[in-house]
Amino acid sequence: MNMPTLTDSLQFLFAGLTNGAIYALIALGFCVVHNTMGIVNFTQVDLVSLGGMFLYSALFLFGLPMPLALAGAVTAAAVTGMAVERVGIRPSRSDNHLVLIFLTIGLSVILRGIMKLAWGKNRMAVPPLTADEPIRLFGATILPQILWIFLLTAGAVLLLIWIFRRTTLGLCMRAVASNADAAAVVGIDGGRIRMISFAIAGGMGGLAGALVTPITTLSYDVGVLLGLKGFAAAILGGFGSFVGAVAGGVLLGVLESLAAAGLSSAYKDVIAFGLLLLVLFIRPAGLFGSAKR
Amino acid sequence: MTPRDRIRYFFSSHRTGLSVCLLALFLLVYPAWVGNPYLLGISNLIAVYLIAVIGLNLFIGYAGQISLGHAAYLGLGAYGSALLTVHLGINPWLAMAATAVAVGLTAFLVAIPTLRLSGHYLAMATLGFNIVCYTVMMQWDRVTGGPSGLAGIPHLSLAGVAIDDETRFHYLAWGAAILVLTLGLNLARSSLGLALAAVAQNETAAASLGIQVHRAKIRIFVLSAVLASVAGSLFAHCYTFINPDSFTIFNSVELVTMVVIGGLGSIWGSLFGASLIILLPEFLHFFETFRDIIHGLIVVTVLILLPQGLVSGLKDLLRMRLLRKANNARN
Amino acid sequence: MLEIDGISKHFGGLPALEEVSFRCREGMTTALIGPNGAGKSTLINCIAGTLNPDAGAIRFTGRRIDDLPCHRRPYLGIARTFQNLALFPRLTVLENVLAGLTPEAEQSFVKSLLRLPATRHRERLLRLKAMAMLDNFGLADKARWPASVLSYGDKKRVEMARALVAGPRLLLLDEPVAGLNGAETARIAMEIRRLHGAGLTILLVEHDMDLVMTVSDHVVVLDGGRLIAAGAPQEIRTNPRVIEAYLGRMSVTA
Repeated sequence: MNMPTLTDSLQFLFAGLTNGAIYALIALGFCVVHNTMGIVNFTQVDLVSLGGMFLYSALFLFGLPMPLALAGAVTAAAVTGMAVERVGIRPSRSDNHLVLIFLTIGLSVILRGIMKLAWGKNRMAVPPLTADEPIRLFGATILPQILWIFLLTAGAVLLLIWIFRRTTLGLCMRAVASNADAAAVVGIDGGRIRMISFAIAGGMGGLAGALVTPITTLSYDVGVLLGLKGFAAAILGGFGSFVGAVAGGVLLGVLESLAAAGLSSAYKDVIAFGLLLLVLFIRPAGLFGSAKR
Repeated sequence: MTPRDRIRYFFSSHRTGLSVCLLALFLLVYPAWVGNPYLLGISNLIAVYLIAVIGLNLFIGYAGQISLGHAAYLGLGAYGSALLTVHLGINPWLAMAATAVAVGLTAFLVAIPTLRLSGHYLAMATLGFNIVCYTVMMQWDRVTGGPSGLAGIPHLSLAGVAIDDETRFHYLAWGAAILVLTLGLNLARSSLGLALAAVAQNETAAASLGIQVHRAKIRIFVLSAVLASVAGSLFAHCYTFINPDSFTIFNSVELVTMVVIGGLGSIWGSLFGASLIILLPEFLHFFETFRDIIHGLIVVTVLILLPQGLVSGLKDLLRMRLLRKANNARN
Repeated sequence: MLEIDGISKHFGGLPALEEVSFRCREGMTTALIGPNGAGKSTLINCIAGTLNPDAGAIRFTGRRIDDLPCHRRPYLGIARTFQNLALFPRLTVLENVLAGLTPEAEQSFVKSLLRLPATRHRERLLRLKAMAMLDNFGLADKARWPASVLSYGDKKRVEMARALVAGPRLLLLDEPVAGLNGAETARIAMEIRRLHGAGLTILLVEHDMDLVMTVSDHVVVLDGGRLIAAGAPQEIRTNPRVIEAYLGRMSVTA
C-alpha cells in the first residue's frame, strides 16, 4: 500500500469530520434522554432513519422546497420522539433500567416495522441541500453538503447548549437530571420534561438523518449502524456529557476514517468498535467521564 | 401422614423434576405424533435457540446484567465448528467441543475487563463485540466465505448413524436442550443461583454477605457464552450451511426478546419465549408485512404490563394472590 | 477484638474521617454516635469493606483486614446491616436470610449445576437454619413473601436476621431503629440486649440516645470526621465537648 499523500489525508480528514459531526448529533440525542431518564434510548437509531424518510417524503410527496422540507423533517422526527415517549415509555411504571432499555429496543423494532411498511424496503436517494458542485479547498475537494453538515451541526449544538445553560426549560431539565424527586417537589412536571427531552433527541436524530442520507443512501435501517456509532461516541465521551459527546463523535469519525485509509476500509467498523472496547477497558467511564456509574 | 398427604408431598417436593420428565416424555413421542419434517424443523430450531436463551437468561435474568451481543457467541460456535470440520476435516463432535472450550476462553478474556463496566457501558461493549465479530465473518472471505457463507458442513453422527434428518436431529437437539434446561433449573435453585439473584438486586449488599460479585458475573457470562457456542455448533451441523446474517446484532436483540418475553430469571419462561418468537412468523404467514410491528408490540406490551416477563410476572401475581388469600383466611 | 487505628478517608479532597482510632472489646456493645455527617456510616463501610480507607489500619482479632476485599470479611465473622435497607426486593424473606448463609453454602459451580444429593442435603440444612432464625424474629409466617411487600419494621428485622444467621463474631449495626415506632424500637433493643447477653461483639451506629444509653457499654463520639470523645455512657452524657458538638449544630440548624 502506498503512503497516502497530503491531499489524500486531507480528504480523509474531511470525510472523518463529516461522519464525526453526524455521530456527534446522534450522540447528543442519546445524552439528552440519558440525562433526564437515566436510560439508553435505542429508538434514537430509528429517529435517524426517520429524519431521512421524512425529508424524502416532504420533497417528493408534498413537493416542498428544500429549506421547508428540512425543517419539516426535523419537526416530524421530534414529534415522533415525543410520541414514542408518551405512548411507549410513560405507560410503563417500572423504574428498573434494564426493563426500560429493553422497552426502547421493542419500540425500535416497531418503528422499523412501520418504516418498512410506509416507505418499503428499497434503497432511495435524497438530493443534497444545495447544488452538487464540489468546492476545492487546499487541494482537497468537498461537497457543499459537507459544509452544510458542519454548519447545521454546529448550530444545533450551540442551540442545545444555549437551551440548557440559559433558559428556564434547560434549568428544569438539569434539575430533573440531577434529582427527579426533588424536581417534582418544587413543581417541575417530570413527564413533560422527559417528553421534551425525547423531542430534542428526535430533532437531533432527525437532523442527522436528513443531513447524512444525501451522501449515503436512504433505507429503513440506515440509522442502525450510524445510530450505534453515535451511541459509541456518547460512551467515548463519558455518557451524558454534551462536550464529551461532540468530542467523542469527532474523535470516532476521524479515527475511523484515518484507519480506513491507512489500514483497511473493509474493517473500518472493526477498528472503530475495537478502539471503543479498548478505551472502555482502560477507562471504564469513557475518555471524558469522571464518575463511575 | 396419610397416604394422600404423602403423595401430595412427593409431588410438591419433586414438582420441577416431574415437570422435566413430563416434557421429556412428550418430546420422546412428538416425532411419532407429528411426523411432518417441516414442523419438526421448527421445533428443532426452538431447541437450538433454547440452549442459548437459557444461558442468556442466567446472565440477564439472574445476574441482572445486559448483553446485546450474544449472537456473536452463537456465531463463533457455528463458525468454529464449521471451519474446523470443513477446512481441517476434524470430527464434528471434537470440533464442537474444541470450539466450546475456545469460546469459553474468549468469553473469559472478554469478561474480565467488560464486566467491570456497568449498565450502558456494558450494553455498548457487548454490542461492539458483536459488530466486530460480524464484520470479520463478512470480510474475511478467504476463510469464512464472506457474505455467501460456508456450505458443506458435515452432519454429526452417533455410533455410525449420521444425524441427517429432522427426526434424528430432533432427538439430539431436544436431548441437549432438556439437559441444559435441567442444569439451568438446578443452578437457579442452588445457593449459587440465589447468590446470582442477590448480585442482580443489590451488589453492595451481596458483597457484604460474602458473595464474590465480579467472579459470579464472570462465571455466569462464560457459561452463557459456552451454551451459545454449543447452540451455534448444533445449528451449523444441522443445516450444513451458515452465513453471517444469522449472527447480527438483530439476532442478539431477538435472543434478548426471547428472554424478556418469557421472563427475566425464569428458566421455564425461556422455553416459552423461544417457542413464541420462533413460532410467531408461522402464525403470521398472511401478514408478513406486519411481522416486525407485531413482534415489537408483543415485547412492548409484555414489558409495560408485566415488567418481569410473562411467565415470571404471572407467577409473581399468582403467588401474591395466594399469599393474600392465606393471610386473609388467617385473620 | 476490633482495632481501628488511625483511619482516614477523603471524598474528592473533603475529609470524611481523619485519623480515627478506637477499639471494640470482645463481648461488648460499642456505640458510635455523632451529628449528621460526622463520618459514622463511612467508618462502618470501611470496617465492612464497602469502602477502602485511604490511610490507617483495621485489625480484627489481631489480623489486618483493611486490605481484604469486602466479600472475604463475612468469612472472618463480620456481619452488617445497612442504614438504608439493602434487602433483595424480589427474593422471598427466606431467600434473603439464606443469602446471609453464603459462607456456608456450596461454592462449586459444577456441583450446583448437577445438584447432587449431598448438595441438596446441605441446602436443606441451611434452609432449616434460616427458618429457625426467622422464627427468632417472629417472621416465620412471612417466609415465602417477597421482601418488597413487607412493612418497614419487618424489613429492618429481616436485615437483622440476615446478618445474624451465619453466627457472626462481630455485628455492625447501622442505625437499626431509624424510622421505627416505639414498640418496634423496644423490640430491636431487646434483641440487641439478648445478643449482648449471648456474648456477641456489637458496633452500633445510632441517633436514638435512649437506645444508645441503655444498650451500650462503651460510647465513641465522632464530629466532623474526628474522634472527640470515648468512654462509658454516663461520662459521654456529661462530656462538654459532646454537648457542644450536638448543641452547636442545633443552634446553627434551628
